[in-house]
Amino acid sequence: MTEVPEHLRKRAEEARAKAAAAKAAADAPAEAPAEELSAEQQEAASKIPSHLLERSKAAKAKAAGGDAGGAATGTAVATAPTAAAPAAASGAPVPTGPGGHTQRLLTVVKSGSIQDVKAVPQDKVHTWPHLLVVEFGAALFALAFTLIFSIFVNAPLLELANFNETPNPSKAPWYFLGLQELLTVFHPMVAGVTIPGIGLFFLMFIPYIDRNPSAKPEDRKFAVSLMTVHLMFWAVLTMIGSFFRGPGFNFVFPWEAGLFFEL
Amino acid sequence: MANTDEDVKKPLPQRLQDQATQLVDATQSSQAWNSIFRPGSIFRKGYTDSPRNRSYVIMNSVLYHLHPVKVKRHAVKVSYTLCLGGLSFFLFILLTVTGIFLMFFYRPTAAAAWDDIYTLQNSVTFGLLVRNMHRWAAHLMVLSVFLHMARVFYHGAYKPPREFNWVIGVNLLQFTLLLSFTGYLLPWDQLALWAVTVGTNMMGYTPVFGEQVRFVLLGGVEIGTDTLLRWYVLHVLLLPFVLVIFMAIHFWRVRKDGGISGPL
Repeated sequence: MTEVPEHLRKRAEEARAKAAAAKAAADAPAEAPAEELSAEQQEAASKIPSHLLERSKAAKAKAAGGDAGGAATGTAVATAPTAAAPAAASGAPVPTGPGGHTQRLLTVVKSGSIQDVKAVPQDKVHTWPHLLVVEFGAALFALAFTLIFSIFVNAPLLELANFNETPNPSKAPWYFLGLQELLTVFHPMVAGVTIPGIGLFFLMFIPYIDRNPSAKPEDRKFAVSLMTVHLMFWAVLTMIGSFFRGPGFNFVFPWEAGLFFEL
Repeated sequence: MANTDEDVKKPLPQRLQDQATQLVDATQSSQAWNSIFRPGSIFRKGYTDSPRNRSYVIMNSVLYHLHPVKVKRHAVKVSYTLCLGGLSFFLFILLTVTGIFLMFFYRPTAAAAWDDIYTLQNSVTFGLLVRNMHRWAAHLMVLSVFLHMARVFYHGAYKPPREFNWVIGVNLLQFTLLLSFTGYLLPWDQLALWAVTVGTNMMGYTPVFGEQVRFVLLGGVEIGTDTLLRWYVLHVLLLPFVLVIFMAIHFWRVRKDGGISGPL
């Protein structure tokens, strides 16, 4: 809780005492006409600062009398009235509305019509616990899977590296076997550098090539088909390279010749 | 605490439970405890499930505050993201932890590397298990990063304003592949040597400066102990360093671009 500054606290106390006094005064002579109330009591009853009341009276007098000389038409005063307002003795009493109000509210302007609100409220949930619980579960699952898989399946460690003994077949890591498969068809410069280079280039610039603003699957059938064809192309190449290539990198069926594949 | 008659009348388990509660209360009220656990920590005294505390949990944790305090409701569904990006990150952490363990037992020289792995597997407590986890987590990470990319594509999540984050992501995929490939050589067995031979021969066919590319990668004209040292440093230091920087940008951009994409 922030502390209330001393001067504000004092002002609030003064106002409260004043309001109480005015209420007591109004309760006692209930039959007294409004015009006979003192300026201070009027002010307390209407809750309009005395300097504004005064200005309003001056303006009315000016309108009534034709010219009132050089009455200052003040700019908007935002400061609250300080201790004692100058005596509001000038001018005759002016007719007021119910409750002594001299001003009234014309209309309420809703905020949307004058403020440009850009953020649209979204359906959101707290990250904790809704998202963190899901993430924790996923992490736990991944850890458990890796751990249990590692208990039962050992990572390969073949014999010491030997430059004089080339294994047959020699295979790259599985994620490069699609490229190695291309090597059987194309010149190494095409299969090993040009095709993956162009592929990566296009992959990276997809957002700048695909100008379709919609993310809905039904609006982007071409993009989805093209990507699927490419992904399947690489998946099939990788699988052929992994499982269907035997000694001499010749095509074999794994169920006949066995697996030539190490992770 | 003073033993009043009432306390003495209580059965022993009840009294022990009371004392335990008092101890927990005293600990959780202490200055030391409150200096460690920031407001909103579920370990703080008086943690209740309120919107204010739910926000504090995220704001006052160095790890969780990667997240915004609130996320779109559809983003929480597992079926939307399949957790693939988060799993890639988790596997990276798992690989870092297991990798640091492996570093204690490994020397990157042609004379020692294979023996070190062999000793690790046969003489070090949990050595085989941790090496297995490192290897399988590495393959899983390649897979999960790849699937994450596919998921992002099929959701059209690379569209404005997320174009640049896709570019960062493709780079992360490349770094992941490079990390896996550089790690492949380190056991210095037949599998490592010849897989890397095939891979680097391919890179040697780069137009114009293929020979130079191959020379830089191998640290010589053929694979040897210099290659091993070079790939070791790439694997344990340079590539993870670069990857972490790119990951930081990647995560930061996810939030700056308005959080996760969708709903479709």
